[in-house]
Amino acid sequence: MPCYWWRDHGTWCSVLPAFCQPVSDAVKVRMDEGALLECEANPEVLTSDTMDQFRTFQMCERLLHSPTKLGSQLLYQIPAQNQIILIERYYEFDSVFAREVLGKKLSKGTKKDLDDISCKTGITLKSCRRQFDNFKRVFKVVEELKGPLVENIQRHFLLSDTLARDYAAIVFFANSRFETGKRKLQYLSFQDFAFCAGQLISYWTIGAMDSMMEDMDVDLEKEFLNELKDLKVLVNDKDMMDQHKILVCAALRGKIKVYKLMEVNFKNLSRALINLASKLTHTKDVRDLFIDLVEKFIEPCRYDRWTVAEITLFLTHYTNAAHCLGTFRHQMIWDRYMGVIKSCILQMYHE
Amino acid sequence: MPGKLKAKIVAGRHLPVMDRASDLTDAFVEVKFGNTTFKTDVFPKSLNPQWNSEWFKFEVDDEDLQDEPLQITVLDHDTYSANDAIGKVYIDIDPLLSCEAATVISGWLPIYDTIHGIRGEINVLVKVDLFNDLNRFRQSSCGVKFFCTTSIPRCYRVALVHGFVEELVVNEDPEYQWIDRIRTPRASNEARQRLISLMSGELQRKIGLKVLEMGGNAVVGYLQCFDLEGESGLVVRAIGTACTLDKLSPGTAPNTTTHTNTHTLPNTAPTSNACNSPSKDSKESPLAHGCRSTHNSPVHSTCSSQRLSHSQNFSVSVPTLVFTGMGSGGSVGKEAGPLKTLLRQHTQSALEQREFPIFTLTCFPPGFLVHVGGVVSTRSVKLLDRIHNPDEPETRDAWWEEIRQEIKSHAKALGCHAVVGYSESTSICEEVCILSASGTAAMLNPRFMREGCLDTGGSDHRLSRQPHPGMVGSERGEGEVSSTWLGFEDASPPSCGFAHIPYDEFNMPFPAQLTYCYHCRRQKVPDVLFTTIDLPAEAEVTGKGCLIQARLCRTKKKAQGEVNATSISNLLPFMEYELHTQLMNKLKLRSMNALFGLRIQISVGENMLLGLASATGVYLSALPAPGGIQIAGKTPSDLSYDQHISTMQKRIDDTIAKNKELYNIHPPECIEEVVGSPIPDRQRSSRLFRSTSESSDELSELDLSHGKKDAFVLEIDDTDAVEDIQSLLTDAPIPAGFYSCNTEVMPGIHNWTSGLQMFTSVRVYRLSNANLTNQGLNKIFTDLCENLLKSLYFKLRSMIPCCLCHLNFTVAVPEEELIQVAVTAVAMSFDKETQQAADKALTRGSGENEEQLQFSMELCGESTISNNQPTAKPSGVPESAMVHSSRDRCSTWLELLRLKAHTIRRGSVKTISSSERCSPLPEGRSRSLRSTRSLPCGAPVTVVKMTPLSFLPGTRIVKYLGIINMFFIRETTSLREEGGVSGFLHSFIAEVFAMVRAHVAALGGNALVSYSMKECVFMENPNKNQAQCLINVSGDAVIFIRESDQEAIPPLLTSRQTSSTGADGTT
Repeated sequence: MPCYWWRDHGTWCSVLPAFCQPVSDAVKVRMDEGALLECEANPEVLTSDTMDQFRTFQMCERLLHSPTKLGSQLLYQIPAQNQIILIERYYEFDSVFAREVLGKKLSKGTKKDLDDISCKTGITLKSCRRQFDNFKRVFKVVEELKGPLVENIQRHFLLSDTLARDYAAIVFFANSRFETGKRKLQYLSFQDFAFCAGQLISYWTIGAMDSMMEDMDVDLEKEFLNELKDLKVLVNDKDMMDQHKILVCAALRGKIKVYKLMEVNFKNLSRALINLASKLTHTKDVRDLFIDLVEKFIEPCRYDRWTVAEITLFLTHYTNAAHCLGTFRHQMIWDRYMGVIKSCILQMYHE
Repeated sequence: MPGKLKAKIVAGRHLPVMDRASDLTDAFVEVKFGNTTFKTDVFPKSLNPQWNSEWFKFEVDDEDLQDEPLQITVLDHDTYSANDAIGKVYIDIDPLLSCEAATVISGWLPIYDTIHGIRGEINVLVKVDLFNDLNRFRQSSCGVKFFCTTSIPRCYRVALVHGFVEELVVNEDPEYQWIDRIRTPRASNEARQRLISLMSGELQRKIGLKVLEMGGNAVVGYLQCFDLEGESGLVVRAIGTACTLDKLSPGTAPNTTTHTNTHTLPNTAPTSNACNSPSKDSKESPLAHGCRSTHNSPVHSTCSSQRLSHSQNFSVSVPTLVFTGMGSGGSVGKEAGPLKTLLRQHTQSALEQREFPIFTLTCFPPGFLVHVGGVVSTRSVKLLDRIHNPDEPETRDAWWEEIRQEIKSHAKALGCHAVVGYSESTSICEEVCILSASGTAAMLNPRFMREGCLDTGGSDHRLSRQPHPGMVGSERGEGEVSSTWLGFEDASPPSCGFAHIPYDEFNMPFPAQLTYCYHCRRQKVPDVLFTTIDLPAEAEVTGKGCLIQARLCRTKKKAQGEVNATSISNLLPFMEYELHTQLMNKLKLRSMNALFGLRIQISVGENMLLGLASATGVYLSALPAPGGIQIAGKTPSDLSYDQHISTMQKRIDDTIAKNKELYNIHPPECIEEVVGSPIPDRQRSSRLFRSTSESSDELSELDLSHGKKDAFVLEIDDTDAVEDIQSLLTDAPIPAGFYSCNTEVMPGIHNWTSGLQMFTSVRVYRLSNANLTNQGLNKIFTDLCENLLKSLYFKLRSMIPCCLCHLNFTVAVPEEELIQVAVTAVAMSFDKETQQAADKALTRGSGENEEQLQFSMELCGESTISNNQPTAKPSGVPESAMVHSSRDRCSTWLELLRLKAHTIRRGSVKTISSSERCSPLPEGRSRSLRSTRSLPCGAPVTVVKMTPLSFLPGTRIVKYLGIINMFFIRETTSLREEGGVSGFLHSFIAEVFAMVRAHVAALGGNALVSYSMKECVFMENPNKNQAQCLINVSGDAVIFIRESDQEAIPPLLTSRQTSSTGADGTT
């Protein structure tokens, strides 16, 4: 992260990561940026000013750890708007870094690996530590709280909606320990996962259905996962599967280039999605949700050179066609399952 | 008669974790006043306890109410062991005792511990029911108002100025009591804090009693100081000016109608003989004259002869170093002479009754100040000895009395009856103590000292309000008024009256060069004028002013007792002389002719003396243009030497020309001869510097033969002088866009915006133990000060154009090899555009400077530095330098930001995150989209501004809530872990500010004006990883409103003669 904070002295806090380097480096960068030309400064003045900034930051940092205190504390008179910006900047993170720790346990063990992550991403170790500690702090606070996850994060850390959603994703992943580190998943960005997490939180957790907000958002709804087993009829019942295929093929004929391949692979694809659903009762398989999606569905499609539009069409009709199956009685579950799976696949289907 | 003090403990928050096991605290509160203690219930297992206690009621004497603080202790209940103290809050009840001040103390106050700092906050409610006390022998003085402000407070008018009040109390310092060996540092610190709080309460009460005796109702310019004399005790002393103030109802315009009564004044003046100040009747004051004999300082006799005084031209006691000025011939404006004598008689009679005709005010109602003579100062070296009987502190009393007498006699020598802008200070090292006092000799208008002038009613209205720098409309009105008043005394316009000499020109107290006033051409004025006061509002100034500093270090041998004291007192005259010379040179270099707010500080350390003189230089239009500086070589034979001199001369001339441009000094007349006048008299061999003169008949229209103008001559006859010139020229220039001054406001700048930023910066510099020469030390000291200023400019660069006002430097030598410099100042931005247009027109700066969100400054506010100075520097041998700077973030960008708040919040925060992802699913859950964003946590903390000035630009003070005078000690045994000296000082000062702000807010105020950090004593023991710091801050808690909020009263209307009562006056 470049050190903009002195050049544009209006935004001291906009580049908190600048504090993640030794003072001497910061001074050097400032000199290179021509700070000495301002106000007859000399290196001594610049050094002392930089030290000032660091020290102030250090004192502020304690308060930033519990942002709600920032508003009522008396030590600093920071106007509310600046408090918000300050908090926001402090809790901002690099998606590259977040991608690395996503799904990992936010424990001391992971913290030890930060050196490697720092090397890999080029983010300074200090910055990595700050980001990691932020993740962990947020996780610890909201882990046991009831009610919607995003709102909890916002309430306790006063973050913006977007940032709170990102944190929700990180907390959610850390809690369910989704597998994200496999080589096959490397092409996925943090934003991809964050999006999927958003989908899972919004539709698959208890809070998602029950607006009473009394339970937690952090865990997937057990009951729902159990009910997913019922979807197996779609592959186990041969008639139903055939009918499903006919309906989908009828809808897609002439509309997609890969029609032939689709027709051939339909059963495999369908089986992959349904099996995935039925396995989700096991924690282990929940963790493998993303790797399974990639291996069982995305990779075959990619091999057959499906376009995103084609996948969209396919999944839409695949989902809708099930409604037309007279004997299929699990419409609610089906929609809830396929809605999320569809948007996740679409988000993940890229190079 | 008793009063009833009621306290209620509401709640606590952010308490520290006291029980490691549960990560919680079982807190309860002890409320103590005097010997009575109440306790709340224990609120178990919470860091945010809600006690909601009953009202604890203390029935006490009002005397105790004044002396004692309410002491609130928060403790953690422990079933098995002793309860642990979390921290304390001391609440000064005094503001509640005056009906015009605050009525209730209510709010969140930080809980403070001397070892851990602030540990959470507590919400309290405190009230006082006071019964009327009519006992004439009472010991209390409830209701007397105290103001730190050294001018008449803005919502009052002065009816009468009674004069000087002083008091002093002594006690043993708990830190040096035997019990200190067995108690904890915390207990010792708390004992000290409590004792000082008690002593200041007592001191205020006693001063209040004196004021009541004199018939006054307020103390203005209240200055309280501590002398930590170590073994010999603890002295708390205070001085102030007793006044009778009348509160202005919000509607009364200060400057209505004044022309009617003014001319009756000469007639009423003689009555002043009869109306002496009431203070005369109270001769039983402890300061009776007879104490002189009780001196027991052995050195007294030695050093009293060495004590020196210097008046404007620094002359009296150092005969070899006298400036040679021209004796003047010619005649005074004849018509004015007798009147002046008459006036003098009146004033004399009014003042002579007083023991000390001394005033701590620095800023006066127009017309109050008639003439100014010059600076009078006195220093005295004393040996401290144990105070045997704390109830009879006659030794210290006698010391100060002696000093005041001397000041008085110096003023007399200058033909003045009074001393204004008076202040006292001490510097203590081991058992040697330098007592210093300085002020400005002046002649005052007796009208304000008489009783019965209240009858003149309307005519005094104008005195009620100091001309506000931003309120030019009213200033003008007042200007007119005072001119009519002064009209009777002499025909001179008001803007120059104060510069006219008060002394008899044929019998001058010191050699000076007199000319006719450049403004009125009738009265004599000196060629330079030094004063300790602020620039009078009516004074006319050419161009802008600037901060002028003289800095000096002198090594001395380590010695003990009498020998030490003698050597110090031997050094003092030379230091004063050199500081004075430096000031004079720098003044000339800037082509200015007067100094205001002069403050000379001499600090004593074990092996050195530090001298720092700060003042604001201006070009007074009434005074003659200063001559240039000429360099004269001693041996003119050498050619290369001559060349050297001429290059130097050229540099000086260039600098002067540049400075003229910089400060916009273009006097209308007499441009023809400024610099480059030949040196008429090279043979004269006074030691180093001298001023000489050269005649020119530019005042020919008045037919005067002695319109002299001097060219200041620097004679280079040794290396010393070369050094001096070098240092003169190497003074770093102020970066463009900055101005600085140590007076309240910058002369020549009028259009202040409401953008301001107060800050305090403390720098501790450790000298290496190498033997340093005077020059080496001087260089280090100068660099230290210069760098401090530079770093301030650098930090404030986002406020350009801005002016650093009230730059107040305090130097100390806390330990051998340590130099400590503390700076407090306020940076105020002003409008550039209007400035240029308004230099003459004086339009009021209205536009709020909205271009920047200045939070860089804010956030880096409380900031500290610890930097190792580059060791490559040739002369310096610094080991480390610590800087601490700390800022209050009360500045007005809050207001600026408020309007933009929404856009900022929605704008910038939202834009951080980029991709707005559209969910392919129907928005099934509205709940997660509901934004819970709110401003952080509940009710916002009241914003409290702090400023060392007596006003806030663009605002109006509507109520004074009482004086804030707080004393804190902080100690650490883990200095390194807390970020070293800088980290420690930084957080301590931040905490002190937080506590001050919280107390102001609890009184219902939104600002602290006339803030000053009077004491900042830092001690360090790096080997033991320990440090201790004592800080004393004070100021006036006020409520202000923005000028724009009360725009209902059009300023034009009020400045007219329309008697604006009631109707348009309600704000």
